[in-house]
Amino acid sequence: MDSIAIELRGIDKSFGPVHANKNINLKVRKGTIHGVIGENGAGKSTLMSILYGFYQADSGEIHVDGKQVTIRDPNAAIAAGIGMVHQHFMLVENFTVLENIMLGAEESQILNKGIAKAREELKRLEREYALEVNPDAIIEELPVGLQQRVEILKALYRRADILILDEPTGVLTPAEADHLFRVLEQLKSQGKTIILITHKLREIMAITDEVSVMRRGEMVATRKTAETSVEELAELMVGRRVLLRVEKGAANPGDVKLSVKGLTVKDGRGVTMVDNVSFDLRAGEIVGIAGVAGNGQSELLEAISGIRRAVSGDVQLNGQPVNVTGHVDPKDLRDRGLAHVPEDRHHVGLVLKFEECENAILGYHHDKRYLNGVFLNVDAIRKDAEQRIAEYDIRPPNARLKTANFSGGNQQKIVLAREMERGPDVLIIGQPTRGVDVGAIEFIHKRIIEMRDQGKAVLLVSVELDEIRALSDRILVMFAGRVVGERDPDATEGELGLLMAGVEGRKEAAE
Amino acid sequence: MDFFHVIVVLLESTIRVSVPLIFAALAGLFTERAGIFDIGLEGKMLGAAFAAGAVAAITQSVWLGLLAGVLISVCLSLVHGYASITQRGNQIVSGVAINFIVAGSTVILGEAWFRQGGRTPALAEGARFQTITFPFADTIREIPFIGPIYADLLSGHFILTYLAFAMVPISWWILYRTRFGLRLRAVGENPGAVDTAGISVIWMRYRAVICCGILCGFAGAYLSLAMTAGFVKGMTAGKGYIALAALIFAKWRPFNIMLACLLFGFLDAFAIRLQGNPLPLIGQVPVQLMQALPYILTVILLAGFIGKAIPPKAGGVPYVKER
Ligand SMILES: Nc1ncnc2c1ncn2[C@@H]1O[C@H](COP(=O)(O)OP(=O)(O)O)[C@@H](O)[C@H]1O
Ligand SMILES: [Mg+2]
Repeated sequence: MDSIAIELRGIDKSFGPVHANKNINLKVRKGTIHGVIGENGAGKSTLMSILYGFYQADSGEIHVDGKQVTIRDPNAAIAAGIGMVHQHFMLVENFTVLENIMLGAEESQILNKGIAKAREELKRLEREYALEVNPDAIIEELPVGLQQRVEILKALYRRADILILDEPTGVLTPAEADHLFRVLEQLKSQGKTIILITHKLREIMAITDEVSVMRRGEMVATRKTAETSVEELAELMVGRRVLLRVEKGAANPGDVKLSVKGLTVKDGRGVTMVDNVSFDLRAGEIVGIAGVAGNGQSELLEAISGIRRAVSGDVQLNGQPVNVTGHVDPKDLRDRGLAHVPEDRHHVGLVLKFEECENAILGYHHDKRYLNGVFLNVDAIRKDAEQRIAEYDIRPPNARLKTANFSGGNQQKIVLAREMERGPDVLIIGQPTRGVDVGAIEFIHKRIIEMRDQGKAVLLVSVELDEIRALSDRILVMFAGRVVGERDPDATEGELGLLMAGVEGRKEAAE
Repeated sequence: MDFFHVIVVLLESTIRVSVPLIFAALAGLFTERAGIFDIGLEGKMLGAAFAAGAVAAITQSVWLGLLAGVLISVCLSLVHGYASITQRGNQIVSGVAINFIVAGSTVILGEAWFRQGGRTPALAEGARFQTITFPFADTIREIPFIGPIYADLLSGHFILTYLAFAMVPISWWILYRTRFGLRLRAVGENPGAVDTAGISVIWMRYRAVICCGILCGFAGAYLSLAMTAGFVKGMTAGKGYIALAALIFAKWRPFNIMLACLLFGFLDAFAIRLQGNPLPLIGQVPVQLMQALPYILTVILLAGFIGKAIPPKAGGVPYVKER
């Protein structure tokens, strides 16, 4: 089959000063799975949203099945047979599955008439693609994996022939991702065309027929998947050779620096998020906590770092108790040698409207060297920030720039520099490379290992299994708030995947 | 006067004062469910009351008065819509601005046109709404218990009163059983979902704002054409804010809104009745306390007794696709 389902010619798009897509050309063959890869911010989502009519290109042409079409809004895209599963789901959270699927395709002014039909059609789709989901369930009560399923069903319900999936596997367990890929294969065998966006190279190699690479708003290459390699794609993505896996020697664990016993944390609604978790963290080791997002990792980090009050449990830092069930002053923890790189740097780690140098001392502004009596010593702060910028290669190298104007990777470096440079005994890091480009990932990983080799204790939480496996000396897997198993870093992905899905863990916990 | 009779009179005036609250709160329901917060209910109601009173006085037609009230209210709604949907402005600021502008301009225009200290001329019978008496009301009144309920509670109200109560199930039906309602609720929760489903977010929100304008128009017209015979300056007296409180208290649901408005209306009726009559045991209760009661009740009950009131998720936030 050689006919072209989608052809983009000279697509150009700017958001104010950001040139997100530069003269992009792309051909997608009918009945294939076409991968689009690129670092964060490369412009993948923008390009696909233009194809779906969500954004308007500044210039360029879109051809569907050989005919030029004008896609002014998503309606036109739907009419042209294009469906899209967005990176951030476009679901109404307090609606039922059925209502979400019907929205915009209700068929008549009064809902009742359409509902029966929609229900029927949904059943057929479920059977055909093994995409079961309860049509009367409320979206916000469904796990993310199922929410994504609803998004796919939404597109199929509108009879999409061309399906765009934007980073679909970020929220899935390995098993769920496998299931998704089987569904995609099946859709492909029925002649549908699929565009799969991801930054995970292994997925591209596993499932696509062809792959296009984007870098800084440009389309840099298109390859047949069979004729390329992970190394080549990584190099195309970043524009230079990258180490996909950082080198690290054996760990040399010392004394226990952080000890957690029977920690239990509940959320605002009283639901147990962390359930009786215990572990020790030693000097000179990296302990990784793996798990699908939302299984209590965030709450665990927050409790240990004193942001969230625990219900019960015992935490010792350097042999001294931390009052995790009462009021904890994060400043006090910091003084006692605990540094925390929060998961959500935008809301917890940085004040985006501040200048870089102001963020560089956030939380350490009591430090004598930044003070002149009761005033801040601005010169010392800037000098320090500039030095840090040089060491961590933060770009652009401007301590006076508003933090919001740095890219995700550089913002993360600002936080890391702040927390690491204080020489803490214990470093707690959440999602160190979320939203960070491949080049910066390599740098951050190296830094974390350096910290370990200096004899610091590092607790690492990440939803990226690859990252956990690459960095950790021991891996704890969390599922539904509990630690369901401990593994060596050379445990297979399948083994960890089963634990993350809660399949293996139950047996183990019962034993 | 026996106790039963007191209750009937109290309930009757409860209904009378609840009507504008119900219209206004339902008006708020339509916009807020679509994600446009509207603190300007008060101003729209006042503007509508003035327009209705003025036009009815000039034309001697109650229906033209009603029409004028609705038109003015819809226009004010569109101003709020333009500011908050198209210009993506701050919805609170826009709403407050409308309240101020209307409060001032109704007095100025009223004085300029009619020279009666900001009032519109008292309306003659044909220029205001008349109460509707149900068949046999007078004969049935004599039957104990059922009689007064039929004759005084059910019968003897304005057509707008019946419309207000009918609007409760109608609003429910529109919001939960029609395509328009589904889309309207969706646009207040996640406009992105509506947009990607191929529906115009802007047009949906404008339609919601227009619905709000129409209902606020009814609320205002009721004040100047039914409850009193003409417009008096500042006659809404905070009813728009009480309606807003009722809306939150009712967690943005139509039937709860009716109950909340009846409760607040009852407090109001009770306060009027209480004036000058000390309560047994408690003694004289200051009017101001009674007037503040709806707000106090909302805060207290929301704080602990009826659980969290979760507003529409996209409420108050303009829809911006490209930063
Ligand atoms: N709605 C928007 N408004 C302004 N800038 C945007 C918007 N969406 C994306 N951008 C910018 O465009 C660039 C490309 O973003 P995106 O297409 O999301 O990249 P990717 O999906 O490859 O990670 C980024 O610099 C991003 O900040
Ligand atoms: Mg993206």
